[in-house]
Amino acid sequence: MIPAAFEYIRPKTLDEAFTLVERNSDAKFLAGGHSLIPMMKLRLAAPELLIDLRAIPSLAGIHRDAARLRIGALTTHSEMAASGELQRFAPALWDAANGLGDPQVRNRGTIGGACAHGDPSADYPACMLALDAVFTVRGKKGEREIKADDFFVGMFETALDRTEILTAISFAVAAHSAYVKFEHPASHYALVGAAVKLDLAGGNIGAARVALTGVGDSAAHAGAVEKALAGCKTSDADALKAACARAAEGFDVRADIQASVAYRSAMADVFTLRAVTLAISRT
Amino acid sequence: MAFTAMVGARVRRREDPRLITGHATYVDDVTAVGMSFAAFVRSPYAHAKIRSVDLKAARAHPGVLAAYCGADLVKAGFSGTLPVAHKIADLKTPPHAPLALDAVRYVGEAVAVIVATDAYTARDAVDLVKVDYAELPVVIDPHKAAAGAPFVHESLGTNVAFTLPFKGGDPDAIFKAAEVVVRQRMVNQRLAPVPIETRGMVALWDQGMEALTLYSATQIPHLLRTQLAITLGLSENKIRVIAPEVGGGFGAKLNVYAEEAIVSWLSMQLCRPVKFIETRSECFQAMIAGRDQVDDVEIAAKKDGTITGLRLKILANLGAYHQLLTPVIPTLTMLMAPGCYRIEHFECEVKGVFTNTMSTDAYRGAGRPEATYLIERAVDLLARELQMDPADLRRKNFIGADAFPHTTVTGLTYDSGRYEGTIEKVLALAGYRALRERQAALRKEGRYLGIGLSTYVEVCGMGPSAAMPAAGWDSATVRVEPTGSVTVLTGVSPHGQGEETTFAQLVSDELGVPIDHVTVVHGDTDKVQYGVGTFGSRGTAVGGAALKLAIESIQAKAIKIAAHQWEASPDDLEYRNGKIVVKGDPSKSMSTPEAGFQAFMGDKLPPGLEPGLDATRRFEPPNFVYPFGAHLCVVEIDAATGEVTIVKYVAVDDCGKVLNPMIVDGQIHGGIAQGIGQALFEEVVYDDQGQLLTGTLMEYAVPHAEQLLNFELARTVTPTDVNPLGVKGVGEAGTIGSTPAVVNAVIDALAPFGVKHLDMPLRAQKVWAAMHGSNGAR
Repeated sequence: MIPAAFEYIRPKTLDEAFTLVERNSDAKFLAGGHSLIPMMKLRLAAPELLIDLRAIPSLAGIHRDAARLRIGALTTHSEMAASGELQRFAPALWDAANGLGDPQVRNRGTIGGACAHGDPSADYPACMLALDAVFTVRGKKGEREIKADDFFVGMFETALDRTEILTAISFAVAAHSAYVKFEHPASHYALVGAAVKLDLAGGNIGAARVALTGVGDSAAHAGAVEKALAGCKTSDADALKAACARAAEGFDVRADIQASVAYRSAMADVFTLRAVTLAISRT
Repeated sequence: MAFTAMVGARVRRREDPRLITGHATYVDDVTAVGMSFAAFVRSPYAHAKIRSVDLKAARAHPGVLAAYCGADLVKAGFSGTLPVAHKIADLKTPPHAPLALDAVRYVGEAVAVIVATDAYTARDAVDLVKVDYAELPVVIDPHKAAAGAPFVHESLGTNVAFTLPFKGGDPDAIFKAAEVVVRQRMVNQRLAPVPIETRGMVALWDQGMEALTLYSATQIPHLLRTQLAITLGLSENKIRVIAPEVGGGFGAKLNVYAEEAIVSWLSMQLCRPVKFIETRSECFQAMIAGRDQVDDVEIAAKKDGTITGLRLKILANLGAYHQLLTPVIPTLTMLMAPGCYRIEHFECEVKGVFTNTMSTDAYRGAGRPEATYLIERAVDLLARELQMDPADLRRKNFIGADAFPHTTVTGLTYDSGRYEGTIEKVLALAGYRALRERQAALRKEGRYLGIGLSTYVEVCGMGPSAAMPAAGWDSATVRVEPTGSVTVLTGVSPHGQGEETTFAQLVSDELGVPIDHVTVVHGDTDKVQYGVGTFGSRGTAVGGAALKLAIESIQAKAIKIAAHQWEASPDDLEYRNGKIVVKGDPSKSMSTPEAGFQAFMGDKLPPGLEPGLDATRRFEPPNFVYPFGAHLCVVEIDAATGEVTIVKYVAVDDCGKVLNPMIVDGQIHGGIAQGIGQALFEEVVYDDQGQLLTGTLMEYAVPHAEQLLNFELARTVTPTDVNPLGVKGVGEAGTIGSTPAVVNAVIDALAPFGVKHLDMPLRAQKVWAAMHGSNGAR
C-alpha cells in the first residue's frame, strides 16, 4: 500500500510528454491512474517517472461526425456513462462505462488508460473488438492507427509502444450493440464480459461482431458465434441460443476461485446470448 | 415541563456528526513531534526454518533508525510469549514470540521490524532485508493436521492442541434406538474480519517520566495495558492505553498482537514516537481470522419429528499459534450446539488443531454462528428427511416459554425466552403460506424460489467472571459536575456500538438532565477506571448494568442531600421522572444538578456525608444473557448462472429491553449483512502451500451495498433478570441468525434438483454445478 519513490511530471503538450518518456526508460504515462496506482501501491509496478497526461488539452471528449464516434483517450468513464450520444449510438460502450468499478473509479479512470493497460478482465477491450474500433496513437515520429484486432496482444500487453500515447478511439456508430458482464463479486471485473454488435435488417441478423473479455489471456472475438449468428432471425430464440453455444471455443479459458474452466465457458454462452438479446432489443 | 423518556426513543447517535464529517480521531490521525514509522518484514512462506536474517543493508539505508529481528529482541532482553486466555485442561501452548525466532509458521508472520523517519523509507528498507529460509513441509487442511506429520510445532510432536469430549444424557442409547438419524458434514469456512480501519498503533515513550502511552485500535484498552505491563516489564501505572475512534473491530481487535508489544518496545528503545499502520494486505495476512471449523453433525429423531439426540464432532482450525482466545472459540460452539431445542442427549468432541495459517479467534459471533449454523442446517435436513415443514418441526421442538430459566444439556442456563413468539411473528410478517404457494407456482415455470428459516438463541453479555477466560465484570463512574453536567466513565470501549448515545439516554432519564449535558468517556486508561472492554455483546448488558448501579448510588446520595435540605427523612423521598420528590407529593422537587451543586458548594450537607456527587460501581453478571430470534430469507436462483438473489429478508429479534431502537436496528442490519457475507460471498482461501489466494479486496468478497436489500425488522421483548436493565446483547445476533437462514433458503430453492446440502460460501459456480450435477446438462 506504500509505493516506491517516483518522480511526477505533468506536461502541457504531447511533445513535452514524448521528450520526457524518451529521457527515462523507466517512465510510465499516467491517465486516471486507477490501474497503475494500485499496482504501484502493491509494488507490482515501480516506475521511476510518472508522466501525467491530464494537463494536455483536447485529449478528452466524445464527438460524433456523421456515422462515426470519436472518443478522446482521457474521457472518463463517468463522462461516457452520462453521454446520451453514446447511449444512442454505441450502447455497448455505454453499458460498459456504467457497469465499470464504482463512482470514484468512474470519475477518475479513463477509456484510454483502461485500454492501454490491457487488463484481460477489463470491460472495454471486448467492446473495442466488437465495435471494430480504431486506436489513434501518437509518437514522437507522428501518428498511426491501430485496429482493435491488432491492439490487444496479450495479458497486460497491447500494440502500443512504451513511448507512444493513445490519443483517441473511433468507430462506426452501432445502435444494435450491447455489453453484458458477469461480475466478480469482489472486484466487479468481468468473470465473463460479452460485447456484441449486430447489423439488423428486416428481422434478420446480417453481420455480427462478438467479443469476450475475462475468459482468456486477452479479450478476443468469439469467431464461431459471429459466423453462427449471421443470418439468424432475431425472433428465433432457439437459433440465437444455438449460435451462442460454445462461445469460448478457441479461448485458452482461465480458471480461478470464482469460476472453473467449465463454468466460465458455460457462462460465456449465457452472457453472449444475453448480450445478443439486449442488442436486438435496442431500437 | 413534561417528562419525555429518552430510553426507548430513536435518539440519533451522538457519535455520528464527528464520524461522518471527518472530525473523528483515529489512530492514524495521531501525530507527534519526532514521529518515526515501523514496517514489518513478513514471511512469504507458510512454513520455513529461518537460517539467518541479514539486516545490514536495511540498517545502512538513509532514514532508517533501527532494524531488529527476533533474535535481536531476545538479545535486548525483550523476550516472552504472546498471551492466550483459556481454561482448557492440558492445552498445548507453543511459544509465540513477537518476532519469529527459529521458524516461520504462516505467510505473513513477522520476522523483522524496521523503524525509519517516514513510512515510505521504512517500507523501502523492508525490501533490503535478506532472510535465508529453508522451506519445511506445510499443512493447511485440518484433517491432515489432525492425522499427523508434518507438525506446525515440531517440538509438540502433534498438531492437536486439545481434545475436549462431552457427553450429556445417554446419546448412545438414543442413537441406537432412533427412528431417524440425519448426518451431515458441514464446513464453516474461514472468514477475514475486514474492518475498514486496519490495525494501527502509536507508541509514545516519555523518557523523563519513564511512562508509555500507546494509542491502539483496540476493543480492550485495559486488558491490553495489563498485558503490556507483563510483556514489557513495566509498572502498569506507567502505561496509558488509549483506544481512540476505532473503525470496526468485530472481535479482531479483541486481542493482544505482537505489533502492539513491539511498537511499544521500539518507542522505549529509541526514545521516539513510533507509528505503525497496517496495510490492507498485511491485514489479510496477519489479523486473526474467524470461523474455520468442520462440523460432523448427527441428529436423531422420532418419526413424528421429535428431536431426541445430537452428536457432534468439531474440528477447529486454530492456525499456527494461539492468539488471545483462539482455543476458546470452538468450545462456545459446543456449548450452544443444541440451540433453541429440547435436546437432552448430546455427545460432542471438540478438537483444535494447528495448521500453517494465521490464527483464528473471535469474529462477530465467535463460535456461536457455527453452533447456530450446524443446528439450523441439521433441523432443515431433518425436516426434509421427514417431509415436514421446517417451521412446524422447529415449533415442535422449541424449549417452551414456560420452561425458563432452562438448563441445557451442556450446562448453560438460558435466562428467558419465548421462541414461539418470534417464529410466529416472522412467519406472519413474511406471509409464509403465500410464499410457499408462490414457490410452488414458480417452480412450474422453471424458476427457483427458496425460503429459509433460522431460529437462533445465542449466549452473550459476557459474562460471569467464573465462566470467562479472563474477567467478565465491568465498571462505570458517574460524576455530577458542580454546574450540573454529568460525566460517565465507562469501562467498556465502544467502537460503533453507540453507547455514547444509549448511556447518555439512560443518565438523562434517571438523573433528569438534558442528554446534551451528559458526556460519556471511554477508551482511555488514564481517564477511566479499570474495565474489561467491548466484545461478546456485553457493552450494555454488563457495562450498562454497571452504569445503572452507579446511577442508583448517585440517586441515593442526592436523596440524602435533598432530605437534609427539606428536613425530611431520606426514606420519604424518591426519584420520580428524574427528580427528587417527596413520595406521593410531586409538587416539591429537587433536580440532580441542584443536589450536585449542594454536594460541591453547599453549606448544608447532612452531617457525616462526604462532599461531591460521584460514584463508581462494578457489575458482576450472575449469568450470561440469551437473546434469540427468527429470521426468514427468500432467495431466487438464476438457473442459467447459479446466482443467488435475496428477494426478501425478515428478521424478528428479541434482545430484551431496548434502550434505542434505531441503534438496535443498526446492529441487526450490520449483523445480517455480515451473515449474508459468510453465506454467499466470503472465504479465506489458502492454497496447499499456504499461500493466501484471497489477500486483497479484489479477491476477498465482502458484501457490497448493491448485493443486499432492504431488511424488514421487527422485535418481541422478553426481558431478562440477569441485569438491572433487563437488556440482552444485540451486537452479534444478526450475524448469528442470518447465515443459516440464507443457506437454508438456497438449499430449499435447490430441492427440485435433489440437493440436500452445500458448503458455504454459496458462490454462483457452486450452485450452478449443484443444479447441473443432478439434472444433467440444461
